Amino acid sequence: MPVVLWTDALLYLLVLMVLAYALRVRRREHLRAPWRRVMQSPLAMGAAVLLGVYVLVALTDSLHFRPVTKGGGHGEVISMFDYLVTPLRTHTEKTYSAPFATHLYAKETIELDDGREVRDYPRLLYGGAHLADPRAQRTGDILHTSILALTKAALVSLMLSVVVLTLLARHSETTLRECLRRVLHGRTQVPWRTLLGTTALLIALLFLLMELSADYHVLGTDKIGQDVLYEAIKSIRTGLVIGTLSTLVMLPFAVMLGVAAGYFRGWVDDVVQYLYTTLNSIPSVLLIAAVILMIQVYMANYPESFSSVTQRADLRLLFLCIVLGITSWTNLCRLLRGEVLKLREVDYVQAAAAFGVRHGNIMLRHLVPNVMHIVLIMVVLDFSGLVLAEAVLSYINIGVDPSTNSWGNMINSARLELAREPVVWWSLTAAFVFMFALVLAANLFADAVRDAFDPRLRRETA
Amino acid sequence: MIAYIIRRTLYAVPILIGVNLITFFLFFVVNSPDDMARMHLGIKRVTPAAVEQWKHAHGYDQPLLWNEAAGGTAKLTETIFYAKSVRLFMFDFGRSDEGRDIGHDIRQRMWPSLAIAIPTLLIGLLMNITFAMLIAFFRGTAFDLAAVVLCVMMMSVSTLFYIIGGQFLVGKILDLVPISGYLSGIEAWKFLILPVTVGIVSGIGMGTRWYRTIFLEELGKDYIRTARAKGLSERLVLFRHALRNALIPILTGIVAVLPLLFMGSLLLESFFGIPGLGSYTIDAINSQDFAIVRAMVFLGSALYIIGLLLTDISYTLVDPRVRLQ
Repeated sequence: MPVVLWTDALLYLLVLMVLAYALRVRRREHLRAPWRRVMQSPLAMGAAVLLGVYVLVALTDSLHFRPVTKGGGHGEVISMFDYLVTPLRTHTEKTYSAPFATHLYAKETIELDDGREVRDYPRLLYGGAHLADPRAQRTGDILHTSILALTKAALVSLMLSVVVLTLLARHSETTLRECLRRVLHGRTQVPWRTLLGTTALLIALLFLLMELSADYHVLGTDKIGQDVLYEAIKSIRTGLVIGTLSTLVMLPFAVMLGVAAGYFRGWVDDVVQYLYTTLNSIPSVLLIAAVILMIQVYMANYPESFSSVTQRADLRLLFLCIVLGITSWTNLCRLLRGEVLKLREVDYVQAAAAFGVRHGNIMLRHLVPNVMHIVLIMVVLDFSGLVLAEAVLSYINIGVDPSTNSWGNMINSARLELAREPVVWWSLTAAFVFMFALVLAANLFADAVRDAFDPRLRRETA
Repeated sequence: MIAYIIRRTLYAVPILIGVNLITFFLFFVVNSPDDMARMHLGIKRVTPAAVEQWKHAHGYDQPLLWNEAAGGTAKLTETIFYAKSVRLFMFDFGRSDEGRDIGHDIRQRMWPSLAIAIPTLLIGLLMNITFAMLIAFFRGTAFDLAAVVLCVMMMSVSTLFYIIGGQFLVGKILDLVPISGYLSGIEAWKFLILPVTVGIVSGIGMGTRWYRTIFLEELGKDYIRTARAKGLSERLVLFRHALRNALIPILTGIVAVLPLLFMGSLLLESFFGIPGLGSYTIDAINSQDFAIVRAMVFLGSALYIIGLLLTDISYTLVDPRVRLQ
């Protein structure tokens, strides 16, 4: 039975919007030109491949349903992604275990076969359970599995590269050999060398993780024995939802108010300026805290209005997006107002006004399309900041619900783990690596988009 | 000039009223005081009598906006709106939900906050400008590219990791300085040096990249070309011409955040256990002390507006081309 969460619906709506935008861009040369420049940047394209993988994971993780249990009833809400990685999700240990460990982190009293009791590190239920003598066999087994996985990945990458090269050769009407030489020397318009290289790396990583996590906990397990790799991957969706939906929730208001303020000037301008100065003046952490506290109070008092924990957590995520949007739309609104103030004096707007075109039409047809590059730049630039903000907010308990998987929650719990002896470092490292990869890729991509779309920067490079 | 300052200060009044109304709406209309009482008392101990008692103890037992029972102006003053919101305008923050005097707490906790914020800002600024000028000097070379990529990488690490990493490395492994805590007086440096360092390092990426852009923009201008055409050395061009003009946007940007330094750094203070206003705010959020959160919202907004005013004034001081009307 499918379950549609609010953020699922909005995320897929966003995908539709991006597709519609892509179709529009395809038909218009002036919109295609800056995107072509983005596509020529090797750094940006490498980042885009990584972002693509993240988006793919988030989208499969956004198809929720209740599986039918054996008794005929409905189980807990899980996502398509959960279903695909069922072993990873269900292989839970008792408590902490280090990456690739075969034994638990803490000593326990174990009853031997002959009835004696000893205190020792017990074997894990799933991690390396297939090994008869883990101490002797583990390294060999890991190496063996890795080599097998890498060989498979190499084969897949090779096949993919051949397909791409054939298509490229046909497209540019050269021989396969010539095409290969161009790609290897990096002399193609689109940096195919980087694209194929990044893809091959990611495929290798994917195969390694897939093969190894079948037998081991690659990134260890956390306090309640949940696989850390699973948690880190599940957090991708939370990060992406916050990074994208937050700006989009308030985007219509920001554009509408910003353009109206710049176009009408006078009292409209005063009101809009007053609105965003007031909102801006409230320290954003405190505004978020206030709203989240209020939602908590509401949820504590009306528990009956939420049918499941997942739905409640999702609603909190949505509210977090909205309030993050409220704190960040003001900047965009200010920029749009300034730009429209300049644009409204330009000849074509004056001409349209002289022809008697209505205000609404002038704004919609002449002004909005000409400030869209600012909107695009801001949306891409804000993304990484929002992902980082999520971690901080979850750390001070005003972020996502504690039951939601997120990097912030992982860091929050990992803080105390560092004080343990021996140190439990793997949760923190996992959160760090996954978050760093996303934010870095987003930053690099955003830089390329800004360089391509900002007319000021374009003039300098031309 | 004075007329301008007065006008701008008056302009701040409607903004503060707006902030006040928003907080009032958030804290009292969306959730009634009854809801808050139930939340504080916990689900188990909720009885109508206990709720009434909690509300009375914290002064939430009056009507929201209009007191029918009272006479004269008391109709307006004996309300939650007057008692909790209007009084903020006189910087009378009242008592926290636990009964402590918020104004006194703020005055006391301000100093540790400043002790972290000011060195972080000043040393950070100096380092960022130095790095940015160095990169700008080598613009267009492989060093430039590498430095920018490094900056982007440093920006992509969450502040949390800088803090946790710094604490772990310096505090636990090297055991150089205490991980958290605070002493007032001269002994404080032991506790301050780590948070300040972490604060500076976490800001280098963003700051250096931003200042580099400013420098490059400045270096592309005509007067720089003139200076070079005169035969000035690159060092003179950078220091005497570019630096002075690039400092205008940098300094005015700093002035805007100066007043907010009082608010302290939320993360640094709470991680390192420093009794400043940042950790005060975090503690209030965690213990759901709405009175303190309200007070900090108001204080933050007031400081932000002062920052705006200072920015405008500083523009006229450092840049003679800007005139106030």
